[in-house]
Amino acid sequence: MAKDHVSGPEDYEALIEEVLEAYPLKARKRRAKHLQVSQADPESEPDATTGIASKCDTTKSNIKSIPGVMTVRGCAYAGSKGVVWGPVKDMIHISHGPVGCGQYSWSQRRNYYIGKTGIDSFVTMQFTTDFQEKDIVFGGDKKLAKMIDELEELFPLSRGTTIQSECPIGLIGDDIEAVAKAKNKEHGKTMVPVRCEGFRGVSQSLGHHIANDAVRDWVYEKGDGGAAKDYEGGKYDVNVIGDYNIGGDAWASRILLEEMGLNVVGNWSGDATLAEIERAPKAKLNLIHCYRSMNYICRYMEEKYGVAWMEYNFFGPTQIAASLRAIAKNFDETIQENAEKVIAKYQPLVDAINAKYRPRLEGKSVMLYVGGLRPRHVVTAYDDLGMVIAGTGYEFGHGDDYKRTGHYVKEGTLIYDDVTGYELEKFIEKIRPDLVGSGIKEKYPTQKMGIPFRQMHSWDYSGPYHGYDGYAIFARDMDLAINNPVWGMYDAPWDKPAAIAAE
Amino acid sequence: MSALRQIAFYGKGGIGKSTTSQNTLAALVELGQKILIVGCDPKADSTRLILNSKAQDTVLHLAAEMGSVEDLELEDVLKVGFKDIKCVESGGPEPGVGCAGRGVITSINFLEENGAYDDVDYVSYDVLGDVVCGGFAMPIRENKAQEIYIVMSGEMMALYAANNISKGILKYANSGGVRLGGLICNERQTDKELELAEAMAAKLGSKLIHFVPRDNIVQHAELRRQTVIEYAPDSKQADEYRQLATKIHNNSGKGVIPTPITMEELEEMLMEFGIMQSEEERLAAIAATEAAAG
Repeated sequence: MAKDHVSGPEDYEALIEEVLEAYPLKARKRRAKHLQVSQADPESEPDATTGIASKCDTTKSNIKSIPGVMTVRGCAYAGSKGVVWGPVKDMIHISHGPVGCGQYSWSQRRNYYIGKTGIDSFVTMQFTTDFQEKDIVFGGDKKLAKMIDELEELFPLSRGTTIQSECPIGLIGDDIEAVAKAKNKEHGKTMVPVRCEGFRGVSQSLGHHIANDAVRDWVYEKGDGGAAKDYEGGKYDVNVIGDYNIGGDAWASRILLEEMGLNVVGNWSGDATLAEIERAPKAKLNLIHCYRSMNYICRYMEEKYGVAWMEYNFFGPTQIAASLRAIAKNFDETIQENAEKVIAKYQPLVDAINAKYRPRLEGKSVMLYVGGLRPRHVVTAYDDLGMVIAGTGYEFGHGDDYKRTGHYVKEGTLIYDDVTGYELEKFIEKIRPDLVGSGIKEKYPTQKMGIPFRQMHSWDYSGPYHGYDGYAIFARDMDLAINNPVWGMYDAPWDKPAAIAAE
Repeated sequence: MSALRQIAFYGKGGIGKSTTSQNTLAALVELGQKILIVGCDPKADSTRLILNSKAQDTVLHLAAEMGSVEDLELEDVLKVGFKDIKCVESGGPEPGVGCAGRGVITSINFLEENGAYDDVDYVSYDVLGDVVCGGFAMPIRENKAQEIYIVMSGEMMALYAANNISKGILKYANSGGVRLGGLICNERQTDKELELAEAMAAKLGSKLIHFVPRDNIVQHAELRRQTVIEYAPDSKQADEYRQLATKIHNNSGKGVIPTPITMEELEEMLMEFGIMQSEEERLAAIAATEAAAG
């Protein structure tokens, strides 16, 4: 079954109906609220950068998945340990509870960092209290306290510890806050208990929120200021918030901001240090990339320390240029001029990329299914290559994400929220796009359908994709996937058309 | 040896479950029964009258000391007391930490797997207070206890607890075959106690197995860490426990699926017996007190 028909069905509404028919009535009703086709929005102004004004904000989101379907969502622990806290490199993150959660989140998510692992950095190492039956029955707080002492002895250069709660911690009521307070007194290091038990909330999204709140409560409110005490903020200080440095994304972003004359004092949380987090409130502006996972702490810093924040997008040259200009607007003319210089400097690179890859990718259709930011953010990077988005969806987006999506996707795009394994497979099968961008769980079923695939969580072991440097790699990777000669060899020789077989 | 019979004692905390069960089981031995007591209360005080000791080593504490429950031998935790009654205490965490419910499950599984139930006629579970979570329902679940005996009194909270425990039994009655053996009223000398206990039993579709009168001799025995059977075998109270033991022994297979009642029904019944005031009576009483004060 090769890609035997190029374009899928025109009528996505009918496609949604058809796919929903497989469900029992109650499930069909519930799932129908998560699937839609983006509509024209004549009431709102077209977006200045994309020129698009559509809406898809009627999609239901951030509610419980239906039992019985396959969802690819994660849990609150995944949101805290895997996303927000895990990349903070000079702290030790303890997976508190039975061994499985720690084992399966070992090595993190390709959050690159600079440092000596096991000496001053610990991101790819895994620490767990490895609960046994007796720890459930008698409580695990004593074991946790002992572990923190041992870690202090083994890794004296760690700057602190976070306690990432697994499900049983919430059930047996381990007092991790008391342990954190006691150990903070004893060792004089930051201790952060995080109540991110996996059963809380409907997806990893609540884990992001809980992790943000833990930064607020245990680094800012209860902390003594730490590195911020001796830091004199400069007028060009900015924080990059919500860049996890997947495959080096944050580094490719930082270059541009620094070339503009800005001083990136903190990057959250890819390649981050605890000191960067502590110093963050002294910056002038918070630049937020992954809005979904870190808007909470930006709002807090705005309220408490008066640090303004803005969203930006470093996927694809159109959005990069628009973002650089928008960021520069918050600063003086020097920075604004620098922004133009940076855009001009990279224009030849952009032109070369487009000249090489656009002809090979023009008009190819893409279906995306990612987490909470990329379903909209990467859309314009594909636009820049002349590719067309057929459908996109969020695993754990909220209403405000769907509101923001209207500026990115054209009218008539298929939108799916917390899509089930069955639905996505059916959509891909019927639409047969030229490329699907999603996660590891979707990769092999899609390729078996004869459709090229790129992992858009981990950049498929490639990256960075942020910034101009990232765009070059992004374009190359999409070309490698789509124009790989293997797709022409998909059919078995004996399945070739009769004329050839007759020879 | 006849087929193993498993029973359990439940009831509100402080109602006298452990005292009643140990006295009854001590009397049951006189009927030639070989007995194993499994204490399922983290306080581990379900076997002290039989063992004449303060407290015994518990399954969970020893397991924690040794590393895991797999390192434990049955002999380490099985103690033999008055007239060869075998005693095991599950034990559990100190109040406020960990999960005692999981502890009960762990202990019972350990005992079964290691043959503690071989060569006895009776296994009796003594379970803490209310059925607060799934762990404490363990003896009710999975074909463990066939009959549950609820120790109660004429006090309001004891009746609430009895009704709640019945709900727990009902939940597992069809899947696991557990039945309510009956109520045991441990006299507190409240008003119309016997009638109330009988009425409650009737509401639950069960019967009052025995009304145990209050007698200070129980306290005297308890101070010496003994059952009445041991301390004063010829006393009247010892005979009460013998009667109860005989009734339980003859009650085999006669348990019922309980019919727990709603809170409203329960409160109505209490009002009938004058234990609880109706709203009008309550207001009238307050008014009367105020008038008297004024």
